[in-house]
Amino acid sequence: MTNGWIDIKNTDMMLIMGGNPAENHPCGFKWAIEAKIQRNAKTIVVDPRLTRTAATADLYLQIRAGADIAFLGGVINYALDNNRIARDYLVNYTNAGFIIKEGFKLPDDGLYSGFDPETKMYDKSSWNYEEGGDLSGKAVLPTPSGQNARATHVQGSDTGQGHQGASPAGAKAGASPVPLLPSKVAFDLSLQHPRCVFQLLKKQYERYTPEMVERITGIPQDQFLKAADLYTSIRKDGDMKKVSTIIYAVGWTQHSFGTQIIRTAAMLQMLMGNVGRAGGGVNALRGHSNIQGATDMAGVFDTLPGYLKMPNPNDVDLATYLKRITPISSKPDPWNSFNYWSNTPKFTVSLLKALYGPAATKDNDWAFHYLPKIDRNYSWVNIWNDMYEGKIKGLFAFGMNGVMIGPDSTKNIEALKKADWLVVCEIYPDETSEFWRAPGISADDQKKINTTVYRLPGAGFAEKDGSFTNSARWLQWKQIALPPPGEARLDQDILAMIYLKVRELYQKEGGKFADPVLNATFAYTNPYAPSLAEVAKEVSGKALADITDPKTNQTIKSGQQVPGFAWLKDDGTTACGNWIYSGSWTEAGAMIQRRGTEDPSGLGIYPNWAWSWPANRRVLYNRASCDLNGKPWDSSRRQVWWDEGKQLWVGNDIPDFKPDSAPKDHMGPFIMNPEGIGRLFVPLGGMADGPFPEHYEPIESPIANPLHPNQSNNPVVKKYKTEFDKYGTADQGFNVICTTYRLTEHYHYWTKNNPMNVQLVPEPFVEVPAELADRMGVHGGERVKVTSARSHYIAKAMVTRRIRPMKIDGKEMFQIGLPIHWGFRGIAEDEGKTAKTLANQLTPTVIDPNAFTPEFKGFLVKIEKA
Amino acid sequence: MSDRKTLQIQRMSAHPGPIPGTGVQRDVQVCKLVDTTTCIGCKACEVACVEWNDMPFGATTFDNTYQTMPETRWNFWNLIKFNEHPREDGTVQWLMRKDQCMHCADPGCLAACPADGAIVQYTNGIVDFNQENCIGCEYCVSGCPFNIPKLNPGTKKVYKCTLCSDRVGEGLEPACIKACPTGCLKFGTKDDMKFIAEERAKQLRDNFGMEKAGVYDPESIGGTHVIYVLHDATDPERYGGLPKNPTIPWSYTVWKWLFKPVLGAFALFGGLGVLLHYVTVGPRRPQPEPPNKEGTNGNGD
Amino acid sequence: MELSRRTFLKGTLVGGVGFSALGFDLTPVYAQTQGLKISRATETRSTCPYCSVSCGVIIYTLGDKAKNAIPQVVHVEGDPDHPINRGTLCPKGSSLEQDILNDRRLLKPQVRRPGATDWEDISWDQANAEIAQRVKKTRDDTFLEKDSQGRTVNRCEGIAWTGGCTDTNEFNYLVVKSMRSLGVCYLENQARV
Repeated sequence: MTNGWIDIKNTDMMLIMGGNPAENHPCGFKWAIEAKIQRNAKTIVVDPRLTRTAATADLYLQIRAGADIAFLGGVINYALDNNRIARDYLVNYTNAGFIIKEGFKLPDDGLYSGFDPETKMYDKSSWNYEEGGDLSGKAVLPTPSGQNARATHVQGSDTGQGHQGASPAGAKAGASPVPLLPSKVAFDLSLQHPRCVFQLLKKQYERYTPEMVERITGIPQDQFLKAADLYTSIRKDGDMKKVSTIIYAVGWTQHSFGTQIIRTAAMLQMLMGNVGRAGGGVNALRGHSNIQGATDMAGVFDTLPGYLKMPNPNDVDLATYLKRITPISSKPDPWNSFNYWSNTPKFTVSLLKALYGPAATKDNDWAFHYLPKIDRNYSWVNIWNDMYEGKIKGLFAFGMNGVMIGPDSTKNIEALKKADWLVVCEIYPDETSEFWRAPGISADDQKKINTTVYRLPGAGFAEKDGSFTNSARWLQWKQIALPPPGEARLDQDILAMIYLKVRELYQKEGGKFADPVLNATFAYTNPYAPSLAEVAKEVSGKALADITDPKTNQTIKSGQQVPGFAWLKDDGTTACGNWIYSGSWTEAGAMIQRRGTEDPSGLGIYPNWAWSWPANRRVLYNRASCDLNGKPWDSSRRQVWWDEGKQLWVGNDIPDFKPDSAPKDHMGPFIMNPEGIGRLFVPLGGMADGPFPEHYEPIESPIANPLHPNQSNNPVVKKYKTEFDKYGTADQGFNVICTTYRLTEHYHYWTKNNPMNVQLVPEPFVEVPAELADRMGVHGGERVKVTSARSHYIAKAMVTRRIRPMKIDGKEMFQIGLPIHWGFRGIAEDEGKTAKTLANQLTPTVIDPNAFTPEFKGFLVKIEKA
Repeated sequence: MSDRKTLQIQRMSAHPGPIPGTGVQRDVQVCKLVDTTTCIGCKACEVACVEWNDMPFGATTFDNTYQTMPETRWNFWNLIKFNEHPREDGTVQWLMRKDQCMHCADPGCLAACPADGAIVQYTNGIVDFNQENCIGCEYCVSGCPFNIPKLNPGTKKVYKCTLCSDRVGEGLEPACIKACPTGCLKFGTKDDMKFIAEERAKQLRDNFGMEKAGVYDPESIGGTHVIYVLHDATDPERYGGLPKNPTIPWSYTVWKWLFKPVLGAFALFGGLGVLLHYVTVGPRRPQPEPPNKEGTNGNGD
Repeated sequence: MELSRRTFLKGTLVGGVGFSALGFDLTPVYAQTQGLKISRATETRSTCPYCSVSCGVIIYTLGDKAKNAIPQVVHVEGDPDHPINRGTLCPKGSSLEQDILNDRRLLKPQVRRPGATDWEDISWDQANAEIAQRVKKTRDDTFLEKDSQGRTVNRCEGIAWTGGCTDTNEFNYLVVKSMRSLGVCYLENQARV
């Protein structure tokens, strides 16, 4: 979330799409209700089903799963056509006026410039800004660009901080010179230049007419126009007082173009001037208690804590690595850019000091080579794919039920059969630890499965302390209520036990490159039962020598906690496990344990409740809540503002900005981008599949893409090649669109063990449109069989009029819906009340090229009476 | 139990003589407000109820609906009723309503009950069952216009929502109210709830295009201590059979009126009442079919 | 027999007083008799482990933390001080008591041997010794110090780690520290999917 849960109450308009917060985040959804009651805010819900969120909406539209970019692109087109845009914001806080290099081509045929059909990758050198100066009002052919410009490597993606923040370690990294961003960008603040981002954007989305939206999404034009008009109505006549928010979840992420859907939303919000403002933003709901934290802490292959990039083999030393990953600002010459990532070396060296302590010295590049170097994709589906292909011998699954999660659970089970060993830490018996006796595997078959499985009883949430980071980026500590039952142990004790035992073996026997194993710091008071409070302090960071701030003369003594990331050094005098969490546990105590309930501004900021990254800022990019002069766009929702007397940014929230940068300096509010502005156009390596989002069909789609039938799918998406990776087509009879989701009564694959939740929804079911059920001759409660190219699923039908037949590109089509919660171990399963099929046995192995998230939504099936 | 405030009784089923303790303390009328326009059918209230009251779990079966079970049970006092209401344009309005004891000002169950003190109404408006005194005759079941009290065949006692009288007696809000994620449930004095409900209904009429929005607090039973805000107050039936004009079967009110002064012969009169009820209303069983069995729930017909 | 705790407590509190169906005036039975079940329980503040809203919950456990009292959960309710949920909980959060106190919980380390058709119990020490040996062997067998182009890569592709959604930040940090030090590249989490 750029904003936060409570902040939703400040909004005037909500677009909820790709998420179902009433069902999946009910207690957060109260703030949407609060906005309705307190502000008469309106809600537009766009979803393949009439969900419980839609039940409370002012306007509900049924969309085909996977058509979201078409819808949002259509709204962008509408906003541009009807001047429902925030002109000043757009010109000054986004790259709308930046000139793009000649040679860049929009995807009229489905392909941007630079596509290589052989590698299915783009040469992105034309996706770049033109170097130059002010071309405002000079809408003529620009002068050729200079030859010796200072340039930089592009970083990350756009404004998103979550999932999509990391770019892949390109397989071709280093193979050819990496193109760079110009340090001085040519610009046209009149937005007239034919190659300025704004004009390209207009051209890109003028193709997304209401007719086209209807053909792709199945939403009738009149309904679409109603929604587009309502959503953009807050910006009528350019009035900046009102604000709207976009709320989404994995209904957007889980597509083979998921990141681009989210980008489309971010672009719409920037066009309308909604980012950085109370009641605005682009708000990823995140689905689990600590996956925001896991993303922050680099629980994913391609990052290190705090969104630092993993090194690749071309990073021959730390300096090379830092040069590659540290951006240099790139902006119009008269403007300023804070370019906060320029501090990357401080964050990196402090991380290495935290990980390796005294073993990280200047002489050994702060132990840089203790870290593995990666140059290919090691993400989730590749774990299963590569395990199936025999590359992975051993797997740890700590609270992660990979068989249920899929995609293509059958393939995951087959992969586990090929592993030597599997260590599962769980609190309930789960499908992953019992893959070897999954339905269909006979006792004889089991005898042929040679995987050794250790199942270790872990601790439940109430039995552990530690912090979770919620989707509003709040870190909150929880207390221990009771000890784990039986012989169950705390997860950190289990991990420490295993790691220290491995270390002991390396100490005794030696082995391959033992240095990192031996030298990683584990100097907790009891290393075998690491205190999470001690770990949290290590994450927040401390001084390793006396350090002094030259400006204020304040000194932090050696051994003391640092107050925040501004104190981190690249000379080994500070250690910090995650720079964005720096300041979460200071000498003043555990900021993440604070329980201050005061909210003086009434905006729901609660500055003294727990702590949010970065630096306790509650709304990201909040400089953008003010006009060019530093005055809030809306004086009734004042977050931060420029104090002329103090010559400082001050306010109710912590300014997400350089505190002493006066408005006249024209520093951009998006301080994490080297340009300082929000990116409508993502240059160079930011995105794998295009600088603007383009609608592509899901990998399994019932129609050819109406925009460009010859390039129907996302061109950079690759299919997998094991015998399990089959992809279905409508011609083969897979002509029903299927989507998967959670119910409010259940939580993933966990509450199937909870008798209360099982009582609420006892059995798996399939939601089937009444018209389709009629044709099949199926009544509610009768069993149906849903079959994809990969497998089948059997459950009772819930016949409903909440999903209606649709016209997609002129053809009548049906969508069905599948809750994901049932497997082959659970209360209902063990009582024999289910067919023990898994929803994710149906889903295809295919991933978004930016975030590597599988396409769980919008695949093709057939459905019949079982 | 004497060292803290207990709830004061204002009415009691079949009780001879004066009600013990009346007039000792003053009390405010409490009330639950259910705003169906912000209910998301999440069932937090269902769970909070079962959890607070430590009720045993029962089996349920999928019945083509999101609704947990067709009607409340002796050990499941709070049920969200899901209804797919077809609109004229062919779309569907998905309605969710929390069904539970309405804590009527004029409780049919209490009027029907022949067991001394098995049903009491506190001065704060809560209608509570004392299972110790219950004889399992189930007249309360047929006396209720909302089909709420249910017999536990094991204990032969009847149970229903207590409005968390144990919590309210300690100054806490009921468990369902506390849990409700969206705040569609509120708890307070009847006056406050009525005010908030009317304001909300006005907001729905003025700002959200729901011309028929209104408050459900049926006069026919003297009002209730659970009131609803409805999108369309002219048609409460669409919310899973909420009766437009709930009434207590007249047989129950009549026998009480006739015989209440004659206290000693209570058991006999009880029997007469049953007879009278049988004659006028019919046999106690079967219960009216719950509406969702007829397919108005969830199957979209 | 399905007797609720409330009924049971009520029965206990009124002692031997039985039916009053015959009209005896038994005042204590009429008045509300149940004590608040959580009034003396220990309160612990925690965070709901399900979705990312991060509702504050209060876990009520038996006893007052005296040494001889073994805490067990008796109730879970929302934390009214928490600014986001303000005491509310969804149906999953409201049933957390059943997540903690659940007879399906795993209580002992187990191992499934190659070719076996069932679990067998294993001691923690034995499990740890075996796991550590396997980790070391797999790492030594698959560790790559230089790639085919002679570049330092120091990676172990034979081991994968998949972490769950309820792993705390501190635990995840220990995962990064230990797994990356082993050279693990396949390091993923629910956060991806």
